[in-house]
Parts: sequence; C-alpha cells; structure tokens
Amino acid sequence: MNAVSQRLSALVYKESLQALRDPSTLLIAFALPVVLLFLFAYAVSLDARDVRIGVVLESEGASAQALAAAFSGTRYLDPRFVHDRREVADKLISGELRGYVVIPHDFEQRLAGRGSVPLVQIITDGSYPNTANYVENYARGVVQTWRAGLDVAAPPQTVALEPRYWFNAELESRRALIPGAIAIVMTIIGTMLTALVVAREWERGTMEAVLSTPASVVEILIGKLLPYFTLGMLATLGAAALAVFVFDVPLRGSLAALLLLSAVFMVPALGQGLLISSLARNQFLAAQIALFTGFLPSFMLSGFLYEIDAMPAPVRAITRLIPARYFVDSLKTAFLAGDIWAVFIPDVLAMATIGGLFFWLARRATRKNLE
Amino acid sequence: MPSSAVTAGTPQAAHADAAAVVIDGVVKHFGHVHALRSITARIHYGRLTGLVGPDGAGKTTLMRILAGLLVPNAGHATLAGHDVVRDNDAIHVASGYMPQRFGLYEDLSVMENLRLYAQLRGLDADRHAGLFADLLEFTRLGPFTARLAGKLSGGMKQKLGLACALMARPRVLLLDEPGVGVDPVSRQELWRMVQALTDEGMAVVWSTAYLDEAERCESVLLLNQGQLLFDGPPRELTAQLEGRSFRLEDVGAGRRAILAEALGLDSVSDGVIQGAGVRVVLRAGAPVEPVAALADAAQLQLTPVPARFEDAFIDLLGGGPGGSSALAERLPPVELGSDIAVSCRNLTKRFGDFTATDNVSFDVHKGEIFGLLGPNGAGKSTTFKMLCGLLRPTAGEAHVVGHDLRRASGAAKSRLGYMAQKFSLYGLLSVRQNLEFSAGVYQLEGDTRRERIAEMIETFDLGDWLSATPDSLPLGHKQRLALACALMHRPPVLFLDEPTSGVDPITRREFWTHINGLARKGVTIMVTTHFMDEAEYCDRVAMLSRARLIALDTPDALKRTAARAGRADPTMEDAFIHLVESADLELAGTA
Repeated sequence: MNAVSQRLSALVYKESLQALRDPSTLLIAFALPVVLLFLFAYAVSLDARDVRIGVVLESEGASAQALAAAFSGTRYLDPRFVHDRREVADKLISGELRGYVVIPHDFEQRLAGRGSVPLVQIITDGSYPNTANYVENYARGVVQTWRAGLDVAAPPQTVALEPRYWFNAELESRRALIPGAIAIVMTIIGTMLTALVVAREWERGTMEAVLSTPASVVEILIGKLLPYFTLGMLATLGAAALAVFVFDVPLRGSLAALLLLSAVFMVPALGQGLLISSLARNQFLAAQIALFTGFLPSFMLSGFLYEIDAMPAPVRAITRLIPARYFVDSLKTAFLAGDIWAVFIPDVLAMATIGGLFFWLARRATRKNLE
Repeated sequence: MPSSAVTAGTPQAAHADAAAVVIDGVVKHFGHVHALRSITARIHYGRLTGLVGPDGAGKTTLMRILAGLLVPNAGHATLAGHDVVRDNDAIHVASGYMPQRFGLYEDLSVMENLRLYAQLRGLDADRHAGLFADLLEFTRLGPFTARLAGKLSGGMKQKLGLACALMARPRVLLLDEPGVGVDPVSRQELWRMVQALTDEGMAVVWSTAYLDEAERCESVLLLNQGQLLFDGPPRELTAQLEGRSFRLEDVGAGRRAILAEALGLDSVSDGVIQGAGVRVVLRAGAPVEPVAALADAAQLQLTPVPARFEDAFIDLLGGGPGGSSALAERLPPVELGSDIAVSCRNLTKRFGDFTATDNVSFDVHKGEIFGLLGPNGAGKSTTFKMLCGLLRPTAGEAHVVGHDLRRASGAAKSRLGYMAQKFSLYGLLSVRQNLEFSAGVYQLEGDTRRERIAEMIETFDLGDWLSATPDSLPLGHKQRLALACALMHRPPVLFLDEPTSGVDPITRREFWTHINGLARKGVTIMVTTHFMDEAEYCDRVAMLSRARLIALDTPDALKRTAARAGRADPTMEDAFIHLVESADLELAGTA
C-alpha cells in the first residue's frame, strides 16, 4: 500500500507540474470560463427587447393615432411610424425590421360600426421564429390593452390575471444562463481536458515507458484524475464567484451544496473523459469525440439554452442520459431558489449513476498493456 | 556510493548459469500480420545481446513482450525467472525498458523525470541524492538537471532515457533501438555506458537495424520477417563468409560502372561502393576467377577483405539485387549549361538568435553524388531545405542549375526532384493516383503525361499495385513509388533527405542501384544520411557540425584524417567522430 501511495503521489505531482506548465491547460481552466461567462452574461440574451418593428398608419383617425401611440409605450418594441406599407416591406426583407403592424384606412369605420371588430394586420419575419412569436404576442398585447382602456362599456373581465415570476422576478435570462455556463465549463475541464491528457501520453510514447514500471494503468489514470478534479473544483469556485460578485446572480442556496453538486458532477465528466481516452489514442480524435459526446450535448440538451420541456419526447428521453442536464437543473435551483434537497437528491443520484456507468465502461475498455 | 549501486550490484553469481531471458516458441500476430513466428532463444547475464533486423522484423514486438507490455499468442517467455504473463508485476521490477520513441516527459526537467521514475520504481526518497549523483555522473547529464527534457539533444535524450530505465537496478535492460537518430559521437557514449553495465553482470538487450552496431554485440539474435535467422556471436556468422569478401581497390571514377558489372556476374551475391573502391561478396562455393578477370580487364587490384556482419546478413537473405537500373537505362543523359549543378555562397540561416547554418559555401558538380553528414542538430536539414527552396536563407545565396533560389525559387524547384524522409506519399490515394498527382504538380500534360506515368509504372514494376494504397505496399515498392514521383519531371538534380532510414539492407541496395544509375546519366544527387556506409557511395561528403562546414572531401580522404597508430584502416564512423571532436576542440580553443 505504501508503494502504491508513493507512486500515486509521484504521478499526481508530475501531472500537476505538467498542467501548470502547459499554457493551454490554464487557458481552458481559467480563461475559458471567464470568456464563457461574459459571453452568456452580455452577448447571449434570450429576452427580446426593443425589437424593431414598423407601424403603418394608413388611417388618419384619432383612434388610430392613439393605438399607434400605444406601440411606443412598451419597452419590448421599438416602432418606426410610416404611412405607406411599401416603405416597411423592403426593410423587413432586408432584415432592418422584424415585423410590422398595419392600421388600415377603414380602421375608424370598423371601430365605430357595431358588431364589427377593428382589423389590424401583423406581419412578422418567419425566418426568426422566436422573435416573430414575440412580435406577434407583444403587438397583440398592445392592441388588447389599448382596446380594454378604450371601451369602458365593455364587459369587465371576470378573472384578472396578475402574473408573478418566481426565482427570477425580472425574467432576466442571464440569471438562468450563468449557472448553466458553469456546467459547460466543468464539462470541458472534466471530459475534454482529461481525454486530451491521456491521449497525449499514448501519442508521445510516455505511456509505454510508464507502463514498463511497476505503476499500473489504474494508478496512472487515478494520478490523472485527481489533479483535474481539483482543477475543475477550482474553476467552479472561480466561476461561481464571478457569477455572484460580477454578474449579480444571487446564490440563494449554500456554498456547501454548490460544491457538493459540482463534486458529484465531476464523476460523470471525468468518467466520460476516461472512456474517450480508452478509445482514442491521439489527441485530435479525443478532442473530436469529446466535442461531440461531451460538449455539444451539454450545450444543447442540458436545458441550459433550450428548455427540455419544449423538446419532442424522443429528444427529452435522450436528455435523461446527459449528466449535464441534472447538473444544470440543480445549479439553477442552488443559485436561484436555494437548498432544495428534493431537487438535489434525485439529481445527485442520477449523476452518480451515470458517472459510475462511465467508470465501469472505461475500466472495461482500458487495456492494461499495449495490446 | 560506489558506481555499482547504480547497476545490478546484487549478487548475480547465483544466476550465472541461469539465462536472463528464456524465449520458448513465442508467436505473436496482430490480425493477419505475423509479427513473430515461433521464436526460441536465450539471453544471458553479463552480456550485450543485439536484437538485429530490418524494420518490421519483429524486434519491437519481442521487446514489448519481454517488458510485459504485450501478451504472446502462443509460447512462453521468462525474464529473470519470472513468466512475462503470469508474473507481470515482477517483470516490471526486474526489467528496465527504454522504448523506441523518447518516452520521457518533455515538459519536465531532467531531474523531475529522474525523480518521477525513482518514485514509480519505489525507491526510497532518502537514497535519491546519492543514486542521482551516480546516474548523472554515469550519463554526464550533471550540468543539465534543470533543463526541460524536450530541449535536450537526441543523444542526451537517449542518455536520460537510459538513466530512467536504470533507476531500480534492473537485472535485465531492454533498449529498443537506442541508436536511432543518434549521431556517431553520442552513439559511442551509449556503447561505453552499456559496456560498463554488462561488465557488472547485467543482461543488456540492444535492438538495432544498423548492422554495424550488430557487429559490436557479444551475441546477436538476427530477426527477419518475424523469424529468427541466427542466434550466436556475430563472429560465428561472419566466419562462414571468410574468404568470400574482396575489394577492388582505387577504382576511382569508374566505380559505379564496375559495381554494376560485378553485380551482373553470377558468382557475385552482393556488392557495394566503399569510397574509391568496390566491395564484392561471392556466392557460397562460387569461384573467384570471374571477379579476378573483371579486375584484370580494368587493371585493378583485387584484395581479400575480412567479412562483415552485413555481408552475412545479405547472404542469409539470398544475396542482393542485380546491378542495373531499368530506370537509368531509359533516361536520356542530362545536358546542363554549366558543370556546376548546385552551389551556395556564405549560406546562413538564423532562427531568432539561434544560428542553424553558419556561412556555408560549396559547389556540387554535374553528375556528382554529394552527401551532407553531421551530428543531430548540426544544421544538415536546414542547409538541405534552403538548397531545395523550402526555406529562405537569412543571408548568402544558393543556386540550383543556375537559378537563384531567392529570386526564382519556382524556376529552381521545377528543375529539382525531392524525396522526403518517410517518402511522403498520399496514403489515401492509390499508387496510380499518387503518380498522376505528381505528374500534375509538375505540369506534365497530354501525351507526355501519359507516357511518363506508363514509363514509371513499367520501370519500377508497379503494374500489379496500381489500385493499392502506398501504405499497403512492401517497403521496397513504396520506396520505388516515392522515387518515381520525385523523378516524374526528369529533374537534373535530385534531393534525397535520409532516403533509406528504416529500410532493410536489401531494399537499400536496390535503391542505391537506381541512384548510381542516375548519377551515371549525369543526374546530380544531393543526399543526407545517418548511415555511414551510405556516405561511402558519395563522391564527396560535406561534414557539418554546430552549423559550420568542418570538412568537405572524398570519403577516402575523410577516412584518412582519422588514421593513426593502431587504426590503419579507419571507418567512415571513425572519421566522423574524429572530425566532429577535433572541430569541437578547435572551437573550445578559440573561445
């Protein structure tokens, strides 16, 4: 046992030296998280605000003017007013506007005529389906609000809806994105970096030399995992500090819970890295596999960017195999809601199970010699 | 601490009669490739055993089996009494193994690598200091402990690898091609160290493709295509050839023609050029008269010479190839405006503050075979690359067939052929597509293109392989294909960058037959090589060391510089070591 621990500590020390000397490792572990967090904090926003639309006023009536004015009253839309639809049609095609609303010339007559509903046309840019949806819904909302305010005689709504958004009262997507970004960073460090450094040993022939010593494959791999586990935890701490102190994301749960979740997530992340490295013996292949099986799924299928509930059932089923899904779920809870163990416990169990599976597969696939 | 502490200081007497390694019917195949076909042999303590054979003979596979890294498909092997499969853990303790590629961590320093291996070998940290001091003294790496392993020269890397493999006093030391990529000076150092180890009772296995290295081993296992051809002292094998090796002395300019003529005789099994002479080996039982008649006709002196290991090896394989090159016979003689094919003046290349080539000048005549030799890092490759237009000189000028490489490198490149190390063929294209590609690159069109490709296919006998990929070709055919691609546009100057590294002696002879034929037609050949016997084929050799040209002369003249009392007939390797060392001394004197 003593010899084993001596060899392990020598391997861990060697790996740490290499990690510290390799600028690309440090770049991935510390610079990349910062870049990603900034990107998700400022560049990526799922909220549509100040969407540029056109408002075509074909009617000169007072009501029509009032409705048009209502469009400038919302912060979600940024209207340009014109009198001819030909002026805006081209701008929609060129992408300058995302949609336009036409208030037709018979608007006043229809409004006055009993029983007939005033007609407003909404044209949207279907090549941006999300934004088109926003434009439609916001424009609808503006018209309805204006209508309700206009017609005091109209039957009062029997139920008044008063929405409240829990956990993220201002509905700022940044708050939901940043915890997810931490999961991405951890995937990169755990899976990509681990797969790369093991593949590098094969590629440079160092594995052959180390294998000819009494050190076993298992020891060599553990010697790799420990430093990268530590690196992953450090990167998480750094990213969490950045999230809380720079990007104003609340940490409503405890730091201990955050660390526990991260530590458990490192199990499947590292396990996957090991599995990849047992299949790919050169760095290029390892990077490709890590990208397609680790990074992309945790980007697309973890519920970090795209909500899982909105996915079709087969894809939803696939997301259950993605460890990042459980991590993102728990991270969002820890940051935005608090220590909700009813959420954490199933997530932790799922991550540990998938991680265990990866390690078991990696153990089976890893050759003990050069065969 | 005495130096024996480094090595196998434990009492070996008890094992004196037991073999260090017993190989019993070992078979290994990878898929349908047979790497080892039932090998049976013994390796003894206190001896340097050479594991000799060309590339692909199965040397590395056997080494890895002995190091416990591969499992044989059939048969058994024991090392220091432990079965390599069943007592795998014990193997790792009893053996020290140095893989073929530098297996140490290039981003760790010399000392960090040593420490890592000491701890992996379970050595007591307190004892490190004395042990390291011994190893560093033994390998003369003392001044470089803080240097990153990646920044060491080829020879120093090998010595560090050796130090790490020696760490826990292995009983058996397995060295897989330690001499590859190492210049003769560093190679001599390695020999010295290995000699000291065997003197202390260690069993050392040194695998090599260089047959001159085999001659220095006390015992050899000669492998070819997975089969053991010979097991015993090299002398025993060469003794079988005694009286069959001769040299035609001072042939001079006509030596290539004489060699071709000699190889055409039925009684001659092998022949090579040695400086100004031609060395021939007779077939078993063949009379000497036909060769003697040839010598008389050309008024040459024929002297018997001692047999070499290489002679025996070629003989075991059934003799070398014939002496005529179908390629050269088809080629029209080269016409050039001037007698100088390649020239450079004060050629200099600096990378940052490092000077790779320093003020090198020489002229190469039309039809000359011109060799560039030097230790690793001496600037051979840099000089070579500047001459064929792949690198821009920092200062000085270079001309190929009258074209200035700085101004008209495109025009110069269209007049030269280049064959890179490892052949650089396209693995995903078929043989025919490779030929078509190189014809396209050199802008051959229409009938010329079709004729030239058909001619290459016929000359090099590639007809059966047209739809195969280059990687699936036998090595000899692969080399022919690479040569065909480089010669597609009939260049008057041919550049060969280590053309035969990793190629077996028979294939090398075939290659040199073509090169000799080309030279006789007036093609100028520029060649770099690590094989000293290949330098003998050159008309003149330029020796580079530390970026400077230290000698430029015929092989025989260079060899004479190393002659001294007790070494009347120095080899090319002696000359190499002598020249490099005296240049270093001179440099130290002026500094």
